[in-house]
This record gives sequence, structure tokens and C-alpha cells, in this order.
Amino acid sequence: MTAPSRYHQITGEVVSIPPRFPAPRAWWLLFAGALALLALWVVAVAVLLVRGPGVWGNNIPVGWGFPIIGYVWWLGIGHAGTLISSMLLLLSRSWRNSLNRFAEAMTLFAVVCAGLLPILHLGRPWYFYWMAPYPNTMGVWPQFRSPLAWDFFAVVVYLVVSVAFWYVGIIPDLASARDRATKRRWQFFFGLLALGWRGAGSHWLRWRQAYRLTAALAIPLVALVTASYALLFAGGPVHGWNSTIFPAYFLVGAVFSGFAVVGILAVVIRSLLGLRDLITPLHFDRIGKLLLATGLMTLYGYLADAFTALYGGGYELETLHDRVGGAYAWSFWGAVVLNFVPLQFMWRRRFRTSPIVLALVGVSVAAGMWLERYMLVVTGLFRDWTGSSTGLFHATFWDWALFAGFIGVFATGMLLFVRLLPVVSAFEIKREIGESGG
Amino acid sequence: MQIFSPSADTWFRAGLAAFAVLVAALALVGGGYARSEYLTQVGWTRDQQVPFSHKHHVGDLGIDCRYCHTSVETATRAGLPPTHTCMTCHSQVWTGAPMLAPVRKSLATGEPLHWRRVAQLPDYVYFDHSIHVDRGVACVECHGRVDRMPLTWRAKAFEMKFCLDCHRDPAPHLRPPEQVTRMDWSDWSEDRAEAFGMAAMRRFHVEPARLDSCEICHR
Repeated sequence: MTAPSRYHQITGEVVSIPPRFPAPRAWWLLFAGALALLALWVVAVAVLLVRGPGVWGNNIPVGWGFPIIGYVWWLGIGHAGTLISSMLLLLSRSWRNSLNRFAEAMTLFAVVCAGLLPILHLGRPWYFYWMAPYPNTMGVWPQFRSPLAWDFFAVVVYLVVSVAFWYVGIIPDLASARDRATKRRWQFFFGLLALGWRGAGSHWLRWRQAYRLTAALAIPLVALVTASYALLFAGGPVHGWNSTIFPAYFLVGAVFSGFAVVGILAVVIRSLLGLRDLITPLHFDRIGKLLLATGLMTLYGYLADAFTALYGGGYELETLHDRVGGAYAWSFWGAVVLNFVPLQFMWRRRFRTSPIVLALVGVSVAAGMWLERYMLVVTGLFRDWTGSSTGLFHATFWDWALFAGFIGVFATGMLLFVRLLPVVSAFEIKREIGESGG
Repeated sequence: MQIFSPSADTWFRAGLAAFAVLVAALALVGGGYARSEYLTQVGWTRDQQVPFSHKHHVGDLGIDCRYCHTSVETATRAGLPPTHTCMTCHSQVWTGAPMLAPVRKSLATGEPLHWRRVAQLPDYVYFDHSIHVDRGVACVECHGRVDRMPLTWRAKAFEMKFCLDCHRDPAPHLRPPEQVTRMDWSDWSEDRAEAFGMAAMRRFHVEPARLDSCEICHR
């Protein structure tokens, strides 16, 4: 096929999805499910606001519970989108072009979920803006020596940069969608969002500068955000948390869970929208390799953590005993099994390129990493230095309702994105074809 | 076919500019509202059953604060006087004044007068009058020149910053404890206040670093 007609086909394939949606039935079914979970989220939040955090299982000594578990989990998922997009952009790995758009959208919605969780956890969520340094009538500033303040700044900046990166990246495709749209309402919708993009040389020059600059900003932010919440753990005098490996350990764990979700989304979007020649087995292969690599790094983190406990002894060793054989051993072994056993399929190309295997491994890893966050938060807290402050954590119905509700928030956002916007970066794929000579 | 009219771009830019202005305006209005007298009620009087004048009783007659607010030296609350305190004088003077009818009625029925609070702190603040009086924080420091208030109003906003300004730098606000109810300190220069305050801090072991911690007020 000649290059021009291939260009034509790709553009048509991608930007005609919103006006002539290929799978309305499947989409509506998924969307109905997502809306049901979203409704559950609304109820769970309303109950929380009316009755307070006592509806959750959180109690001293386990004050963190589900909201912080969820916060770390969702942020981790988000990080993979940024890395796929920015790092591979700056490294000129063009195979990212089929994945980056929806991976960035995944980051956005994951960060929204992650950002809401600690706010809901505040007890008086409506005062969340007290975390921001602004001239106030209280005469106090946030505690700048605390990782908590920096965590807030990092997440806010990360959200802004993620939105900017995603939006700058989508503008040229919005313009082609506008030009191809036949119905007035789609023309208006895409036209407004495309900000008057005409594809002029000066536009592309500016675009390239803006896009690469935002990418370069986004990469260190991933490390900054993981470091800030890792230090929230590591900075505390809590055995099992007080460890300098945490920032690195959290970073690889975060990216590991994120690639798992990228894998799931790639499989779902490919089959839902029939993008079989844009998201190819090659992409599954790459995602599988990244999953395997980050998974093995995470495994190293587990081993290093256990080694530190064995080497250091004392309370660290007791926490390790708690993890492998205590009340929450199920979360530790659940994390180990779900994270690393199905992962071994990824050694073989045959399994990496199989959508169903990749998606199942992805689900297993996402669940495993959630259990890992659970294990870290709860086993660190439930036994304090004194026997009097020992208490088991039990999640309540509303804990689970909010957990499921946030999946609804994420899924609703992703499904609306899939329905309304170009899900694949068509112009970057075309440029790649052009540069490689057809 | 043209989707947008030629002026669309201008409208779009104007909309973006308006949005930016709106956000800035909201921040300014919000900040102004938080400091406004509408919210802090500084300078606002409240309707009371009896229009009691501190100006008359304190300023003109020179009655000491502690004559009525008896527990201010020993308890967390300064205390409001029982009707009997009013009647120490008003059983003799102004016995038939219509203005004082509620006081006489209160004495007859035994039901206290219902004063509406003017100086109010949030209930999550632990505040103790006695320690402040004991260390020489003059009444006027927080309650203003009540000897000039025909009807009582709130003199200070009682925001957290107001408390912290003094807790972080107590020296200029300390006075001889035996003169704590004195209203007019115009004969004290800033230097004199500072010098006295430093000496008082040493004597009473007042440490701003400790007064600055959360649990001093939020217990």
C-alpha cells in the first residue's frame, strides 16, 4: 500500500471512531456497568460525608486503611502512562505511538482517583485546601519539613502536567477529526477543542517544542511523586516502613502495576474498536517485556526488603514474621503469588503476544499490587511498639463500596474518552510511516 | 463549509481571559470575605435584652471588670454576672427605669438574663482566661476599649492568627498583672512595653516555642 493511502486509512480509522462508533452495544453495556459503579461511588462518598470516616474500618492503630492503599495503588497505575508516553517519546521509541494516547488518559483518570482518596480520608474533606500554602487568617503554613506537604504539591503538579501533556498531544488529531466530521455538532466539538489548529509549519514547530518540553517535565515528576509518598511511609518511625529502599521500591512497583493496566486497556480497546492493525502483537510483546522487567525489579524489592529485615533483626524481623505468617499473611502471599507467578508466562513470546494471556496477567498483577499496598499499610501499623496499641484492621462494607466506586470513576472516564476522542495518536503513526519511507 | 464565524477566535480568547479573571476574582473575593467584618463580626453589636453600656459602667463610673466578671482570675471563663450583681446598685439607683425592667423581672422570677455572646471562640479551642490574666495579658488586649463601647461589640476578629501573633511574640503584650484591667496604656511607649514584656517572660518562663505548638490550644 502506498504511503498516502495508508495515511488516509489510519486517519480515517482513528478519527472516524467518535462519529461512527464501531461497537455501540458493547460500549453501552460497559458504560452502564461503569455508571452503576459511579452511582455506588456517589452513595459511598455521601455516606462518608454525612457520617464521617467512622463508616470505614480505619481506627487507631491502623489509621490509614483503604483510602491510602487506594491512593498509592491508583497513583502507581498512573505512572506507567507517563513513562510510556514521555520517556519513550524522548527516546524516540516510535512503537509507543499506538499506546501513548490512551495510556495518558489512563494516567489522568488514575491521578484523579488517587487525588480524591486522601482528600476523602481527611475527615473534613472540605478543608483540603489547607494543604496549600496561601496567606490565611490562621497564621500558619503547611509543614514544609513534612513529606505530606510535598506529596500534595507533587500530586497537584503531576495532575496539571499530565493534563497538559495529554492535551497538547491530542490537538493535531482533534483537528483531523474536525476536518473529517460531517455532522455539525462533531465539527463544533472537535473544532473548539482543536484550538484553531491548521497544521501550519509554525504550528508544528511550536507543538514539537511544547510536547517535548512537557514530556521532559513529566518524567522527573514520576520519580518525585513516588518519592514523596514513599517517604511518607519511610519517614515514619514504623517498623516495616522505615527503610531507605522505599522510594525505589515504590517506583518500580508503581510502574509494574501501571504496565499491567496498560496491557488490559490495550487488549480491551483493540477488540472493542477493532484497531487490529494499529495495536498489534508487537505492542503486546513490548508491554509483556516491560511487565516482566518491572516485575522482576519489584521482586528484587521484596527480596531486598526481607534481607534488610533479616540482616537488621529486632522489630523489623518481627514485622517480617507478621507478614509471612501473621494475621495478614494472606495479603503478603496473595501479593507474591498474583504478582510473580502468572508473570512467568511473559518469558515466552507466544504468551506475550496473546491478548487474552496478557490481559489475564495484567488483571492478576493489578490485584497483586493492590494486595501489596494493603500488606504494606496494614502490617506496618496494626502492631505498634506497645502491646496496648495492637488492633486488627477489618474493612467495612463502605470501604469496599468506595473501592469499587473508584473503579467506576476510572472506567466512566476511560469509556467517555474512548467514545468521544481519538484514542490512538494517528498523526504520530503517520509521521513514523513517512520517516521510514512508507 | 465554515464551522465558526470570523469572530469566533476573538470570543474564544475573550472567554479564556474571562475565565482567568474569574478565577483571580474568586480568590480575591474569597480572601476578602474571610477577613471581612461580615464574617468576623468585628465592630458589630448584638441585640441584648438590656442595652448594657460598658462605656457608662467602666468608662464613666470606673467599675473594675472583675466586679462583674468574677471568675476571670481563677477559671477558664470570665463569667457573666448574676442578676444580684446588677441589683447591688440598681436596687437603689434607677429603680423604676423602663430600660431595666428585664433585670427586675429576672430578679423576681429567678430566671437569669439571656445575654448573647459577643466574644466567641470556636469550641475546638481550649482557652483559659485565668492564665492570661495571671501573666498580665490585659483585658483590653483582646476585648478592646470596652470603656468606650456604649453597646458591646467584638473588638478583634479572634482568628487563629490573632492568637498566634501574641503566642509567638508575647513581650509587647504583657503588662503588670495587678493592673490587668486597666484600659488606657497610652503612657506606655513601645520600648517600655517591650522591656517590661521581656522581663516578664523571663520571670514567668514564657517560651514562645512552646506556646506555638498545636496542643497548647487544640487539646
